[in-house]
Amino acid sequence: MELIVEVKRHAYEQLTVLEDVSLAVRAGEIVAVIGPSGCGKSTLLGIAGGILKPSEGRVLLAGAAAADCLNPLTYIFQDFALLPWRSVARNVAFPLEHHRLDAAERARRVADALQRTGLAEFADALPKQLSGGMRQRVGIARALVVRPAVLLMDEPLSALDAQTRELLMEDFLDLLLRERMAAIYVTHNFAEALRLADRIVVLSRRPGRIKEVVDIALPQPERRGKAAQAELAELGERLWSLIRDEASSAEREVASV
Amino acid sequence: MSEARLAEKPAEPAPRREIVFRGGGFLPRPRPLQAWLAFAALLALWQAATGFGWVDAVFLPSPLGIGHAFWGLAVSGELWRNLSISLLRIGSGWLIGSALGLILGLAMGLSSLSRAIGMPLVSSLYPIPKIALLPLLILWLGIGEAPKVATIAAGVFFPTAIATFSGVDAVPRSLIRMSQSFDLPVRSIIWKVILPAALPSILAGFRISISTALLLVVSAEMIGAQFGIGAFLLAAGNLMQSDRLMAGVVVLSLLGLGLGALLGLVEKAFLKWR
Ligand SMILES: Nc1ncnc2c1ncn2[C@@H]1O[C@H](COP(=O)(O)OP(=O)(O)O)[C@@H](O)[C@H]1O
Ligand SMILES: [Mg+2]
Repeated sequence: MELIVEVKRHAYEQLTVLEDVSLAVRAGEIVAVIGPSGCGKSTLLGIAGGILKPSEGRVLLAGAAAADCLNPLTYIFQDFALLPWRSVARNVAFPLEHHRLDAAERARRVADALQRTGLAEFADALPKQLSGGMRQRVGIARALVVRPAVLLMDEPLSALDAQTRELLMEDFLDLLLRERMAAIYVTHNFAEALRLADRIVVLSRRPGRIKEVVDIALPQPERRGKAAQAELAELGERLWSLIRDEASSAEREVASV
Repeated sequence: MSEARLAEKPAEPAPRREIVFRGGGFLPRPRPLQAWLAFAALLALWQAATGFGWVDAVFLPSPLGIGHAFWGLAVSGELWRNLSISLLRIGSGWLIGSALGLILGLAMGLSSLSRAIGMPLVSSLYPIPKIALLPLLILWLGIGEAPKVATIAAGVFFPTAIATFSGVDAVPRSLIRMSQSFDLPVRSIIWKVILPAALPSILAGFRISISTALLLVVSAEMIGAQFGIGAFLLAAGNLMQSDRLMAGVVVLSLLGLGLGALLGLVEKAFLKWR
């Protein structure tokens, strides 16, 4: 399944946030979107998953999703968006409840998702009892349970501390590669983009335009090696030089509202 | 160079002193023993004041006298007859007012149209002391149970509507967007996300509406009723039976405490997740 996002323009009232941003994500492909804060990354992701209507533009899906896919475009949220009154297992079951599935299939999906995210023993815990990293694992499990075709992730690790982030990112990558899931991964963290992405889309400051698209040919499992690290560091430098000036002026911008 | 400096200044340890502890305090702890002791001492003092004749028992009956009157009322069935009628009025008025308040509050929280229409109405009618409506309600509904129940319902309606509205309004948008991103039908979003998220606010509203209902039932019964705690209090006062009057007040206080405790249990059961 291929996801094609064509945003001609998006504005909140007077504020133009995105201009001419088009990107396509093919099956199994991981696309990272980076850009200075406020450039419209979250807006772009909202449009891609159909929870925001672009002022001008459209989003297309090509090809059919797998038969067991209940929600082709599935989000993983920065703030996790868990229902605090539901246990881990019931949070994970949440997106299944309005689908016609028999109880056994439902239970099987939930158990499978919990197991794949290492949450099996926390099934009955409430979100408030979990650390940030574990909460995001619940968010991941809730996404996996619908067997998505494309994962839409909005800075999924940025609410977490550095060590948790590192661990969870590797788990993400394992999952994405093993399931051959496609993903749009919005981040402001170069290291994450360089570790995960097949392609990095660099946005300019607001109004966000595509500034550059960088393909990384090196397969993800090989990116841990010494030689690869050097190559990636160089790429990182280049990305940073693309963004630095924009990020600093975006940082100093005063909100016009 | 650093050696040279060391040589110049012989290593004489700087004088040391301990820092002064300046934290502490401002940590309230429960002191149940002292609380009960103070309560008992107050009762004892009261009993002494009336028992030794320092205060006239008509103005302030003794605790034992009140207890005696209470016992008499309980045994004769007079207490239950009045209490049950009051409870029935509170119960029906509270249920009607709460149900309508919940519906309006939810509508105002969910739809901008009902918010635009409902908000000015609610904010202008809320401050009216609802007991002032009783004469009007008697005109409309005739004498009997209906105007009393309607007064209580009106008093309960507004705090419930406002609490529900603000609870629904404060539901995190991220949870709603999350539900939409999984294609949840609107009905499910309301039922599974919005209502549970608004529940703490709704229950806080119930705490207010319960005391409003108590206040209104007593006032309404004092204005026009044969039975009920309010009518009983008024009759006892007119006959200067201050021990019976105080026994009635104690019953009201216990009723308020009991209803509050009941709500506490409900909160404990449903808001474990907070
Ligand atoms: N719902 C909204 N209404 C008005 N302005 C918004 C809204 N959401 C975002 N914006 C503005 O649009 C710009 C882009 O926001 P966003 O997409 O969240 O950026 P990013 O995720 O890249 O930091 C920001 O300047 C932000 O203030
Ligand atoms: Mg963002």
